[in-house]
Amino acid sequence: MTPKVSDDAAARIQVAATPQELIRNFCIIAHIDHGKSTLADRMLQITGVVQPRDMRAQYLDRMDIERERGITIKSQAVRMPWEVDGAPYALNMIDTPGHVDFTYEVSRSLAACEGALLLVDAAQGIEAQTLANLYLALENDLTIIPVLNKIDLPAAQPDKYADELAGLIGCEPEDCLLVSGKTGEGVEEVLDRIITDIPAPEGDLDGPTRAMIFDSVYDTYRGVVTYVRVVDGSLRPRDKIEMISTHATHELLEIGVSSPEPHPSKGLRAGEVGYLITGVKDVRQSRVGDTVTTAHNPATEPLAGYQDPKPMVFSGLFPIDGSQYPDLREALDKLKLNDAALTYEPETSAALGFGFRCGFLGLLHLEIVRERLEREFDLDLISTAPSVVYEVRMEDGTEHTVTNPSEYPEGKIAEVHEPMVRATVLTPSDFVGPVMELCQAKRGQMNGMDYLSEDRVELRYRIPLGEIVFDFFDQLKSRTKGYASLDYEPDGQQAANLVKVDILLHGDTVDAFSAIVHRDEAYSYGVKMASKLKELIPRQQFEVPVQAAIGSRIIARETIRAIRKDVLSKCYGGDISRKRKLLEKQKEGKKRMKMVGTVEVPQDAFIAALSSDGDGAKKN
Amino acid sequence: MPAQPAGQSAPLDGSLPASAVVGADDRGLSLYIHVPYCRVRCGYCDFNTYTADELGPGASRSDYRPMLAAELDFVSASFDRAGLPDREVSTVFFGGGTPTLLPAEVLAGVLMDVRGRFRLAADAEVTTEANPDTLSPDYLATLATAGFTRVSLGMQSAVPEVLAILDRTHDAARIPQVVSWVKEAGLQVSLDLIYGTPGESLADWRASLEQAIACAPDHVSAYSLIIEDGTKMAAQIRRGRLPMPSDDDAADKYELADRLLGSAGYQWYEVSNFSTGSETRCRHNLAYWRGDDWWGFGPGAHSHLGGVRMWNAKHPRAWADRLLAGHSPVIGREILDGDVQELERIMLTARLREGLAIGSLPAAGQVEAAEFARAGLLEAGAFERGIFSPTLQGRLLCDLMVRRITETL
Repeated sequence: MTPKVSDDAAARIQVAATPQELIRNFCIIAHIDHGKSTLADRMLQITGVVQPRDMRAQYLDRMDIERERGITIKSQAVRMPWEVDGAPYALNMIDTPGHVDFTYEVSRSLAACEGALLLVDAAQGIEAQTLANLYLALENDLTIIPVLNKIDLPAAQPDKYADELAGLIGCEPEDCLLVSGKTGEGVEEVLDRIITDIPAPEGDLDGPTRAMIFDSVYDTYRGVVTYVRVVDGSLRPRDKIEMISTHATHELLEIGVSSPEPHPSKGLRAGEVGYLITGVKDVRQSRVGDTVTTAHNPATEPLAGYQDPKPMVFSGLFPIDGSQYPDLREALDKLKLNDAALTYEPETSAALGFGFRCGFLGLLHLEIVRERLEREFDLDLISTAPSVVYEVRMEDGTEHTVTNPSEYPEGKIAEVHEPMVRATVLTPSDFVGPVMELCQAKRGQMNGMDYLSEDRVELRYRIPLGEIVFDFFDQLKSRTKGYASLDYEPDGQQAANLVKVDILLHGDTVDAFSAIVHRDEAYSYGVKMASKLKELIPRQQFEVPVQAAIGSRIIARETIRAIRKDVLSKCYGGDISRKRKLLEKQKEGKKRMKMVGTVEVPQDAFIAALSSDGDGAKKN
Repeated sequence: MPAQPAGQSAPLDGSLPASAVVGADDRGLSLYIHVPYCRVRCGYCDFNTYTADELGPGASRSDYRPMLAAELDFVSASFDRAGLPDREVSTVFFGGGTPTLLPAEVLAGVLMDVRGRFRLAADAEVTTEANPDTLSPDYLATLATAGFTRVSLGMQSAVPEVLAILDRTHDAARIPQVVSWVKEAGLQVSLDLIYGTPGESLADWRASLEQAIACAPDHVSAYSLIIEDGTKMAAQIRRGRLPMPSDDDAADKYELADRLLGSAGYQWYEVSNFSTGSETRCRHNLAYWRGDDWWGFGPGAHSHLGGVRMWNAKHPRAWADRLLAGHSPVIGREILDGDVQELERIMLTARLREGLAIGSLPAAGQVEAAEFARAGLLEAGAFERGIFSPTLQGRLLCDLMVRRITETL
């Protein structure tokens, strides 16, 4: 079953020569695991752009991590032909990132489309991020086609979730398409509906050229590949192009469409979607949301909606083996080529040595970067507890921006502002109580609550981002048996009663464990860290006090008692080799010790103390 | 049972590396004879020992003496071939297992077989380990006549409840009697004690020490119980049936032992060993710690010649099969380079009261030693004379100190 369009029809939808009324630009909004990549795979096959022999699962996901985790980090666009009532159409499917950290990238992908498939697992219903992205699509005036996927599953409840979707987007339950990406059932109807329901683009073919960048990817062989939606005018090979935000100019070396492999073309016209190659080496020179224009037909007004990527979450990354510091620098330099949102600068920690203070869009972004550094560059890393950006104003009027607890100013502080988010939690109604308790404990203010269906509730809160990055997500999952989902977006700042809690080992501050927390939480943070470290740090030759302090005031204390016995009682003939090998192993282990003042702390203790709480970035 | 160490495989013909021979004239020679039989296996024990009477051809108790004689032949021939000098043997030690499960005549016979191939010094120390259950005045008289000079008695504890947890079957009340028999036979006697058995109180341990001291032995060994992987006791602790012994408890008990033994006239000479004087120390064990040459016979026995460590096949059957095939029972060995030999030397001599010369340590180790002396872990007087000799507190932290002073090796 490969119903390709005929050659005659194909001639009418040539790239750079397709009338706008024959173009449909759409994206798929879906939660991870709801089957977006599988549906995309089926569309590639049914439209014939990928031959069966070339097919592989999750064809469009490029990175190993994407395939393994089943999530799309970076989007891509694919052009597919489809015929309805004898008329050929060019469909551009723009794949959207599916995660909370990449809301801005999602918004740009949506801005490149006229319509969206709202894809929901018929056994699970809609999730918080999908809902957030749906609202984003509705704000962008996109036409929504509701699709329930995985109808082949025994647990599927299409009627129930069709009601839910209908309630959300204001359609009839019967309007929901029922498909199985796995078997292919219903996929042709989806393609038909894209053509009948989604409006054609309506750009100004002859106006000044304006194309919006919705993705930008670094390729080792070709440099940066920039994905654009041409809104007005046209782009041709060897045009001189200009990025409106930076005024940087480049020559177009190649222009074309993905189908899904790259096909160079004679250009791209208003309404079309494709890629550009200019030879630049860094995605920062080709920023998502920016407007591309041409020297020969320049636009003065950029397209609306451009934002600089802004890191929201910061963490120190340190190589466990200090000699890997240059390797870490090199690896970050390479990742940066493909990640406009990643920022980093050198940081020195008394406890952890040399590393980098890195800025991320959110926790998932942090975890993906960390995982790529460890996997692709073979680095062993310690990451410090994630922190957010605090604005600290002193009584003398000076102001400090603090992204690292160790930079928290001393002296008289007038006011501290912390970043806030608008959080949406979707939960089965059984767990509304525990979720509300959690949000309140995390200093959330309730903005509203709606029943999506009889047994599913949407809760909206304004919560400090610092609480979200701490352990909110883990707690949310544990209180709802894993059923709740979370989405959040930045929502300004708020003054708060925050303090820095330091942890001292034998009187020396361990910078890696300092944290900025709400005054009411300081004591429990201090007690928890002190008792955790007492368990993790082996007894030393002398007694080691573990203290938590706000400034010079000690708020919690534990004591690691001095070790009294460290000797094997027997060492005779046959024991000697064994004992020597043990000694050699212990000496090897000592190389993985860090000295904090005079206290030997195993690397593992740092990792364990830092990971168990801050590690809330698990799969959303 | 611990596996034999990882090493190279050893040649079947028993040939020795040239480095084993270098400098042999300056080193003493001792022999160890492993008797791998016990009546019952104790729950804490991970030694190479077997309770069955029949282990197959060459491996059963009745085959022990002829098989050991074959090994003596093989080894003495390989010494000659390697060009090792003909040295007097200064000590012989029968360990197990329970050597005294064998009839006294067999042990005496084995010692006679040893004399047939090796030259025993006139003042040779010949020790056997013994289970109190197995001894009688006649048994001891036979040993004395054959040339044994010393018995190391596995007393372990004076408290029946503690002995029960250790699976020891002997009657604690019998110990004073057995000790007097050993003395009457003209042999030196050492008592082995174990502290830190799960459930043992400080008062229990004090009772054991007091009973041992009341027996007036020449020598006392006091071992902190080690929970070895793979033993029944390790499994009982894992399942929560026995409490895990604590290091602090062991430290308290070691300090008590040092105090009670010290005031009764027993002075420590190695971390776990105390004696009434220099002539009652165990010279055989000192040979291990001082880096002498020593050869081990019997299943699983280890040997050391000039920085080469070797070990026999572990199971009695594997050991016997190799001998019956005319092959060396040594299956593995490691040839230690200079740094590793140095590490072993420091590791072993740091346990001794006679200590080690601080000037022989790496420079960084000497700096560490000065820190330890300041912290009261080394005897101040000895330190002044350039000797590393641990204090009571230092003995308890001996491994910690060794790691620090050898960090740069």
